[in-house]
Amino acid sequence: MAAIHLVINNRAHEVEVASDTPLLWVLRDKLNLTGTKYGCGMGLCGACTVHLDGEAVRACQTPISSVGAKKVTTIEGLSADNTHPVQRAWIAEQVPQCGYCQTGQIMSAAALLAKTPKPTDDQIDSAMVGNLCRCGMYQRIRRAIHRASAEKGA
Amino acid sequence: MDISRRQFVVGGAVAGAGLVIGVRLPGSLLQAQESAPGAKKAAPNPFDAYVHVKPDGHITLIVAKSEMGQGIKTGLAMILAEEAEVDFSSVSVEQAETRPDIYTHMGTGGSGSTRQNFTPLRRAGATVRLLMITAAAAKWNVPPAECEAQKGMVLHEKSDRKASYGELIEAARKLPLPDPEKVEVKDEADFQLIGHVTPRVDVLSKVDGTAQFGIDVRVPEMVFAVVARCPTFGGKAAHFDAGKTKAVPGVLNVFEIPATGARMFTAGGVVVVADSTWAAMKGRDALEITWDRGSAASESSEGMRGALRSAAGKPGTRLRNDGDVDAALSNGVKKVEALYELPLLAHATMEPMNITAQVRGSGAEVWAPTQSPDWVQGTVAEVLGLKPDKVVVHTTLMGGGFGRRYMADYPAEVAQIAKAVGKPVQLVWTREDDMTHDFYRPATCHRMRGAVDGNGRPVAWFHTLASASIKGYWDPKGDPAEDESGGARQMPYAIPNMRMEFNGVTSAVPRAWWRSVEHSFNGFAVESFIDELAAAAGQDPVQFRKSLLVKAPDWKPRFEDDPDPARLLGVLNLVAEKSEWAKPLPKGKGRGVAAYHSFGSYFAEVAEVTVKGEKFTIDRIVAAVDCGQVVNPESVRSQTEGAIIYGLSAALKNEITIKNGAVEQTNFDGYDPLRINEAPPIEVHLLTSKEDPGGMGEPGLPPIAPAVANAIFAASGQRLRRLPLQMKAA
Repeated sequence: MAAIHLVINNRAHEVEVASDTPLLWVLRDKLNLTGTKYGCGMGLCGACTVHLDGEAVRACQTPISSVGAKKVTTIEGLSADNTHPVQRAWIAEQVPQCGYCQTGQIMSAAALLAKTPKPTDDQIDSAMVGNLCRCGMYQRIRRAIHRASAEKGA
Repeated sequence: MDISRRQFVVGGAVAGAGLVIGVRLPGSLLQAQESAPGAKKAAPNPFDAYVHVKPDGHITLIVAKSEMGQGIKTGLAMILAEEAEVDFSSVSVEQAETRPDIYTHMGTGGSGSTRQNFTPLRRAGATVRLLMITAAAAKWNVPPAECEAQKGMVLHEKSDRKASYGELIEAARKLPLPDPEKVEVKDEADFQLIGHVTPRVDVLSKVDGTAQFGIDVRVPEMVFAVVARCPTFGGKAAHFDAGKTKAVPGVLNVFEIPATGARMFTAGGVVVVADSTWAAMKGRDALEITWDRGSAASESSEGMRGALRSAAGKPGTRLRNDGDVDAALSNGVKKVEALYELPLLAHATMEPMNITAQVRGSGAEVWAPTQSPDWVQGTVAEVLGLKPDKVVVHTTLMGGGFGRRYMADYPAEVAQIAKAVGKPVQLVWTREDDMTHDFYRPATCHRMRGAVDGNGRPVAWFHTLASASIKGYWDPKGDPAEDESGGARQMPYAIPNMRMEFNGVTSAVPRAWWRSVEHSFNGFAVESFIDELAAAAGQDPVQFRKSLLVKAPDWKPRFEDDPDPARLLGVLNLVAEKSEWAKPLPKGKGRGVAAYHSFGSYFAEVAEVTVKGEKFTIDRIVAAVDCGQVVNPESVRSQTEGAIIYGLSAALKNEITIKNGAVEQTNFDGYDPLRINEAPPIEVHLLTSKEDPGGMGEPGLPPIAPAVANAIFAASGQRLRRLPLQMKAA
């Protein structure tokens, strides 16, 4: 166990955990940031996607010791009030059914659009292929990303 | 339906203020619900839901329908608001407490929530409207017929007076309740909400991370637990060494729990409790366990496949027998015989199984992502030796259900664990636990025989279904065909000589209800084989089906859930039109169709595929839906898309296999559902219908696998009869 300093959603935190603990479980079990979900523990489903310095990463595959000074952004820090263009697009396209995977989907989509403001369908596929949705809302996810892209550019 | 008023307790507070109407809904459809221990004690209570009009005019519907993604809270609010004549935003739906003494039917399943609630909630809403109008008319001393309700107000145009429901509530609650059977509901033509796209009430919380699923429950002082379960079904720990586990930082406790009996069906195992989920998982990894693999340790999918093929070849229990099948088969000009095979499937909800519980003194409190809160309550009570009313169950949101969250295994486990721990404890199943200890969709084999006469008319149909059935697992003394034959026995095409038989085989693999249950396999066999008969007759698959969907003037359902041929024809015609069925496709491409009824709704789906060598891709799916009166068109479209993608995962990719008594697939690498790059565009077309609403969670699924297989046949000439679909080298 060691004291680890983290910057999450622009706030400093200190946690005492084993250094191999994945970021996912620090967020969920130590900091009560439960918007980041556990789905597979192997980086296969994307439900735990967060941003590390703006890059989409799987929190279940990110040992806490590897975070260092990088800034962590979780769904709770994406916007204060659901106003991020991706969130607005998700609402407009009525994407979620059960909603469990959607926070991870949104974090992947937000990272994609930050780098690639006008993604093609193929670019959307590449960025989102790691995010499973068992409710099968892929068509809406694709539409929502295009919508967010159009609104951002407008 | 009964509607009456009574004092009752909502969330601990007496809801004396305002107007309360109790509503009885039609019966629950799922067997498991009826035989659940908690449900039995529910009989004396007459109500299933309550409508509470508060003094400020806001209406709360308190109902025990769990939200697992189907949007039920939105749909039910729409129905009530429509008839009560209030804004949609003036109605909220509250999750009922788990009180079988107050709520009779608490299960959510069988695609039943909208169709059970539709008429009762319309009448309940109309009752609110009627009471408000009556109260206003009396207050103003005018005839009620001159008053009108709009947006939570009663208006009297002649005298230019108006009053809000809030102002009228004290007078309204003193009025006698009208006969619920005679309350006049609105004309469909006047609907302002029902049938109109309405945004879901739960979307905001699902895009900002605040939606609380079962796994997100946090209780002060809580600890986390995982269980090491024997990989084989029926096995147990012979002995274990927890030395290394106890050395893992954060691990608090290690102990064994026994398997529970029938209906709970837990595996038992070694529990590791820790101060975080991660520490519990690491502790479990460090356990040294010698398993007694039990009596089913030699079971395998290959063995099961052989047993199913053998059983499908033998005479079985006859469930339908029209005309003389034997004579028709031997006299037919063209005879077709084929075997269809489907594998075991896991539900694989995105949120793995989990549940949180605390045992305190002579009671317990449980936070459960469940489709059957009263069963959770009964199960936890049984395990703890408590009366059910000493167990408080909070129903949380679910990260998917699909039937898996009807089960009582994880509730039984958490009761065992919470009792031993004495603190609030969250039991988390890892993805591996979830995949390897599911209740699986049964594997099946279908022997199909048919014959066509010289005029291209089908004259014989003989379907023998073999499965290790769901009922065979849950109730070995019951009828093993009960949850297996739907859709096969009710085969809708007019063929004069028709037989359907069932043969059960035994297996130790847990089985249960998976999205669309038996329709997931019977739909594939029936809709593929009718396509084979069309090909044998040299006819177009749509035309052939149309010619066999004949509704006699005196048509009546012969079996429970018998489809109406005219409604099936309706969706078939619509899908043919929207998919441009008649328009030729280039070589290497093909269209396939399937039309199917289940859970009260009618679906026809067309898949368009491109075949290259032994690979195929799906270019487009077109679906036509007749689910009766549509409540929220956006929900209907969303559920259709979801059912198709869930069905495509099974049609194209997923299979659970058993080797040496254990499931071979452990995570999304071995059991990989459809991903965004594999998801074809889906068009959904709704048929306008005034029929009562049908179900929507499941019935979009059964036609998709046969539609794709039929499209591959059209494109390539290869008839694929086994799921997941795999083409052979040409």
